[in-house]
Amino acid sequence: MLGYAVRRIAGTVPTLLILVTLSFFVIRLAPGGPFDGERALTPQVRANLDRLYGLDRPLGVQYLHYLDGLAHGDFGLSYKLRDESVAGLIAQGLPVSVTVGLAALVLAVFCGVPLGIFAALRRGGIVDYAVTGLATLAIALPTFVTGPLLALVFGLALRWLPVAGWQRGEPLYLILPAVTLALPVCASIARMMRGGLLETLGATFVRTARARGLGPWRVLLRHALRPALLPVVSYLGPAATYVFTGSLVVETVFALPGTGRYLVQGALDRDYTLVMGMVILYGALTLLLNLAADLVYGWLDPRVRHE
Amino acid sequence: MNEAQALGLGPVPARSGVRRLRQNRAAVAAAVVLMALALLAIFGPWLSPYSYDALDWQHLAMPPGLTASHWLGTDPLGRDLYVRALYGLRLSLLIGVLATAVSVGIGVAWGAVAGYVGGRADSWMMRTVDVLYALPYLFVVIILATVFGRGSVAMLFIAIGAVGWLTMARVVRGQTLSLKRREFIEAARATGLDTAAILLRHIVPNLAGTVAVYATLTIPELITYESFLSFLGLGVQEPLASLGSLINEGARQMLTAPWILLVPAGFLIALLLCFNLLGDGLRDALDPAAH
Repeated sequence: MLGYAVRRIAGTVPTLLILVTLSFFVIRLAPGGPFDGERALTPQVRANLDRLYGLDRPLGVQYLHYLDGLAHGDFGLSYKLRDESVAGLIAQGLPVSVTVGLAALVLAVFCGVPLGIFAALRRGGIVDYAVTGLATLAIALPTFVTGPLLALVFGLALRWLPVAGWQRGEPLYLILPAVTLALPVCASIARMMRGGLLETLGATFVRTARARGLGPWRVLLRHALRPALLPVVSYLGPAATYVFTGSLVVETVFALPGTGRYLVQGALDRDYTLVMGMVILYGALTLLLNLAADLVYGWLDPRVRHE
Repeated sequence: MNEAQALGLGPVPARSGVRRLRQNRAAVAAAVVLMALALLAIFGPWLSPYSYDALDWQHLAMPPGLTASHWLGTDPLGRDLYVRALYGLRLSLLIGVLATAVSVGIGVAWGAVAGYVGGRADSWMMRTVDVLYALPYLFVVIILATVFGRGSVAMLFIAIGAVGWLTMARVVRGQTLSLKRREFIEAARATGLDTAAILLRHIVPNLAGTVAVYATLTIPELITYESFLSFLGLGVQEPLASLGSLINEGARQMLTAPWILLVPAGFLIALLLCFNLLGDGLRDALDPAAH
């Protein structure tokens, strides 16, 4: 297990470095820059700005300097938002994004798993049809479509929930964003759970357990459920990634003060350091979550470790 | 090469695959709706007297049905929503299909070469895919959008096509590995054909079934990327319309004019759902083992 963990962690580091390097150079190679505003700057002002942000030095030096800063948790200064460091902006927004993401993930697991189990146990029934049908819909639709539609129905038409905003994490304001984000994940989990359980319920070891005279609940909980849960567990890594990157969308839709809006605003403004900081943050988060999922999976299923 | 071979899995499985697809009512219905949507996207705007950017000051933010000629209403600038939504549909279909073609091209070439050549080339090529897979696609696209500036449709193609080929490359490689050991490839090699010819004439045609399945499932994915970028304001710019930018506009007018949201959302939902249903149907029909 330790060897497996070391191998997986060692595999993550180069990927992260590639992500940083790629985004750094691709962005620097771009024509145009953050200071190309509507008002032309005098050469003197321009030179001063370039010196302040270190843009007058050779590209290689800038890159090494950036890497050095990253190692100390310094993402540089934002080009557009005066007096703000990228790290500071991240620190402001991250708690909101993480709250929404975690709420969505918990919701998806706690709805998806029971729905999947129920659909599998009553195969061909109304619930099964409803779950599989709605799952197709929920997986096909992107959050930027479902979000506004949910806000329209539950916020404006029924007036049950606030349409948008964030009152310091007031739970009521959390519901719509979390549900929007959870829907496709919940649907995928339900589908996977249903498929996995149908497979294990037909397996010989379950038949043996039944033949030994065990009750249906005991067969389900002790024998059939565990192997059926494995694909769901391995899906949690991609699901967490999806939820945290997807929070970008719901933050835009529901006007939440998370990190996502900085990424979008930074891209619109060509605020290079801000975009890079966000990309690296989300990239690292993605890689870490996938790593964690792989490690958990390796722990649950010994076969994976010895590949 | 005969026609049946071009269809994919030899004469019999291809024919029975088509039959299985026909029996899947959801997939058939989805195909019909998709045809209708494509025809509507191509010819629909001509049926209306309005252009996508014409302002009608007499009818600002009109709901559908209140005026004779604005069939689906207008936006707050008086632009006809029917025409704008169909322009968005056109763009979504165009980008979806072209970007899928790009990513299918790259993915098939990459996967087939990696799988057939094997050895060190294979391991390096697939490791590249693994690394790219680990990069969050959304951010790659956002970086590209930042770099190329907003609104370049060519950039959208490249950015979206460039992230779409990875799954295809993996699937194609897997298929190629199993094809490689078949007798007819052995025979082709024995007759002295070179690697390029074997790949083009014998490997790639036999991948057609699998490629068709994954291409159909890639289209809605790439359409989603495009709409998403446009939704964020990084894609197509005003006064041009994409379903994503229209949805963004509609979400902002939701309180006073919900139809501005509902019209483009309806088109996008129909489009994505139909492609997914058709893709699932194709997979079940041509590749029953995947289930």
